Amino acid sequence: MPVFYDTKIASRLMLGTAQYPSPAILAEAFKRSGAGIATVSVRREAGGERAGQDFWDLIADLGVKVLPNTAGCHSVREAVTTAQMARELFDTPWIKLEVIGHADTLQPDPFGLVEAARILTEDEFQVFPYCTEDLVLCDRLIEAGCRVLMPWGAPIGTGLGLNNVYGLRSLRAHFPDVPLVVDAGLGLPSQAAQAMELGYDAVLLNTAVAKAGDPAAMAEGFARALEAGRLAFEADPMEPRDMAAPSTPILGKAFLA
Amino acid sequence: MKIIVNGAPHDTTATTLAGLLDELGHGQSKIATAVNESFVAATLREKQALNTGDRVEIVAPRQGG
Repeated sequence: MPVFYDTKIASRLMLGTAQYPSPAILAEAFKRSGAGIATVSVRREAGGERAGQDFWDLIADLGVKVLPNTAGCHSVREAVTTAQMARELFDTPWIKLEVIGHADTLQPDPFGLVEAARILTEDEFQVFPYCTEDLVLCDRLIEAGCRVLMPWGAPIGTGLGLNNVYGLRSLRAHFPDVPLVVDAGLGLPSQAAQAMELGYDAVLLNTAVAKAGDPAAMAEGFARALEAGRLAFEADPMEPRDMAAPSTPILGKAFLA
Repeated sequence: MKIIVNGAPHDTTATTLAGLLDELGHGQSKIATAVNESFVAATLREKQALNTGDRVEIVAPRQGG
């Protein structure tokens, strides 16, 4: 099971908490999937409003680790301040660091991401960077102090799956000892299984579950796919080949021609 | 004194961030704060003076992906 910053997690599924039809369905999705980490955010609240407290009570009841994000931040300063507010609110040094570089693709700003990761690491945060699969960027993030990498599979909310399997496989090979999480872009359990077959440690997703017709069932589907994919990775899959090779022995076949 | 709270104009008599939070009815709410884009820890709200034009952000836990 994955270990993030010396904390062992009992599931390979990290699940977002946004866009569910109801709080009860959100809770059921966590229960049926056994997801070990919930991602959360911080947003403005008016005086007298209890939305924040009510949401926090719901999350606390799940009994999972909480990973706050800096979603929607487009600058280093905004991301750092948001992280500081999240640390106080959720009482955790963990932060899913998002520094968004493009409004259409929501892809990370690699330059801002490295700068923010360095600032936050020096301030004793434990940073989970939402990044691309670019090897050089990931090297810089490790140099900045990150001990987890979270490359995207595809743009957030698209459900396109693993757009660059070569790049993700390459990352796994280059960082054999760094926990790797596919974060964003997954739409189906088969794509999560593929991430596991590549040797990834976990996946982080939200929309694929929350926007399914039956979110709790889909969450369980992802959990089972992760288990199957991981088993396959550990079982050392066969090498693919171009030419057919009979699986039934030729020797001893009756001569009937 | 005119300030900005969560992006909207606000007229306040409070002179500190803690006073503003009381005025707005936050009481013991689970919130975090920033003034002029800099984080202000809960323990420092009493000391955080407010000035005309300050931009105050007050946030709470929310759903996220």
